[in-house]
Amino acid sequence: MSEQRMTQDMAEELKDTSDHDLIEMHTSGEVGETLLEVDHVTLRFGGVVALNDVNFEIRRGEILGLIGPNGAGKTTCFNAMTGVYTPTEGKIRFKGKEIAGTKPHKINHLGIARTFQNIRLFPEMSALENVMVGCDARHKSSVVGVLFRTYRVRPAEDELPESGIRRSLAKVFGVSRHTLEERAGRRRSMELLRFVGIADRAHELARNLPYGYQRRLEIARALATEPELICLDEPAAGFNPAEKEDLMGLIRRIRDLGHTVLVIEHDMKLVLGVTDRIVVLEFGSKIAEGTPDEVARNPKVIAAYLGEPDDAA
Amino acid sequence: MDFDALISGLDRHTLDGITRGSIYALVALGYTMVYGVMKLINFAHSEVFMVGTWTVLGVYTAIGATSGSGLAMVIGATLLALIAAMLASAGTALAVERIAYRPLRKKGAPALIFLITGIGCSMVLVEVFGQVLRVFFGRPFGRVTVNIPAVLETKTVFTIPGVDLAVSNTRILIIVGAIVMMLALDAFVNRSRLGRGVRAVAQDPDTASLMGVNQERVIMLVFVLGGAMAGVAALLYTVQYDITKFDIGFIIGLKAFTAAVLGGIGNLRGALVGGLFLGIVEVYASAVWDSSWTNVYAFVVLVVVLMFRPTGILGESLGKARA
Repeated sequence: MSEQRMTQDMAEELKDTSDHDLIEMHTSGEVGETLLEVDHVTLRFGGVVALNDVNFEIRRGEILGLIGPNGAGKTTCFNAMTGVYTPTEGKIRFKGKEIAGTKPHKINHLGIARTFQNIRLFPEMSALENVMVGCDARHKSSVVGVLFRTYRVRPAEDELPESGIRRSLAKVFGVSRHTLEERAGRRRSMELLRFVGIADRAHELARNLPYGYQRRLEIARALATEPELICLDEPAAGFNPAEKEDLMGLIRRIRDLGHTVLVIEHDMKLVLGVTDRIVVLEFGSKIAEGTPDEVARNPKVIAAYLGEPDDAA
Repeated sequence: MDFDALISGLDRHTLDGITRGSIYALVALGYTMVYGVMKLINFAHSEVFMVGTWTVLGVYTAIGATSGSGLAMVIGATLLALIAAMLASAGTALAVERIAYRPLRKKGAPALIFLITGIGCSMVLVEVFGQVLRVFFGRPFGRVTVNIPAVLETKTVFTIPGVDLAVSNTRILIIVGAIVMMLALDAFVNRSRLGRGVRAVAQDPDTASLMGVNQERVIMLVFVLGGAMAGVAALLYTVQYDITKFDIGFIIGLKAFTAAVLGGIGNLRGALVGGLFLGIVEVYASAVWDSSWTNVYAFVVLVVVLMFRPTGILGESLGKARA
């Protein structure tokens, strides 16, 4: 890449387009239909029962909270949903199709993405590149196509390079699909960084970013894979109240883009404030389900979080 | 000890060293890429190179190219041999991955099992060329050194004035060829979509697959690319040395592996640095002391460098290599 083209790309990135069309989700499903079904799932590791007959569903277009005390099985449940573990009993269905035993990258292609409780970015890549890895999941170029740039397409007028000789060459030979996808991916990734609010440090290595930026970068990377369902694993861990407030806004905006959101969270205030429905786990079993109001008033939930009063019996 | 011999012929020795080092570096890329992604030393890689040299011989024999051929024939035969060697080496590397490593990976075998399997594959390939093919096809297969026609005859292209160093066409081909291939690979890994996938898997395989990167495809890709680079090295080697043998891969593979470790295994640019460094050290040391001890010098250098820099000269990972 020549210096000149580099600056051209960068100039394009810096243009504050705020073009939501680039990152909006277009799905065929209807809001409210069942998107993911956790159907009586039990998961055992040796003698330990990590999940015991857990049963709930996620509906398209909602923000569902999954809460519970430490060790309640929230993350295990998550891992089962993203194909890391296979349930011992029961089924997990996404859009009616069973996903147990499907490879993680295939589950991602089906439309489920996640972030991690302990941040797991690609530390030696820039923020922008991290997001582009996510975008790549949706691209079509083959190995041969990338290596030899075989698949040529006739570019639209505004996709032609600006300078003379490149422009003429592109007009005659077309542009490889890889180049177009790469450019589109770059634009989209930049837009996602802007969406989560960290575009100012797009070219910094992920490991050098401040903690809050890293958390947001994880969300942007997950969104880049165009997930119908995005699962956020304790997105507010380590955030101060102001940052939590921001995050609640971000979660709502993610839903407004057309994604369905599942949030695992400790912080009751955040969960009660942002979710439409909540599922409560304790010791691997579901103990409650309902709207934030219902759950907040449920005595079992209060007991699970605050402990049983001694004189309860 | 004859330091005068080194000093008086410094220019010539340096050119020799760079030539030799370029070939080491190209083979080293295969070790380093597979290590970067899988944390595995693919000991069968030396035989991937060996298969390449035999392919060159096969192509020359098939189209009847010899040392006296005309210019068109020389260019055509060399290009054809290059492509064939790249395909054959990449195919061999991919076959080893598919037949030997993949089933182990599916069963979650421990790392040591992969190592011993690689050594096993290496031995099988050696014996295929040393014994099995001999039984079916007779000569030239077998346990002897085979001459490859010097299709590209060595000619002096220009002489560097001042030092009076004659630079031949074969050396230009080897050095330029190796550098071009390495730049292309570096650009591919750092700039393309698939290269980004390779780096993602090298940095965190589990997260990469959760983000939709197909890990199996990345693994296939690094074997194919590493194999193709070994194929290029095989052609360049035959251009310089005009021979092949059933076990030719052993010592070259070992040197290339040394080069990869010297430069920092898992690091593409480290392979280049390590290869050139090793090549030059070998030639210099051979000029000062006895040239029959070449291999000893190479490994002494390895031991000494690792004592002071255990992670190699550049000491980065494949994931880290970036523009």
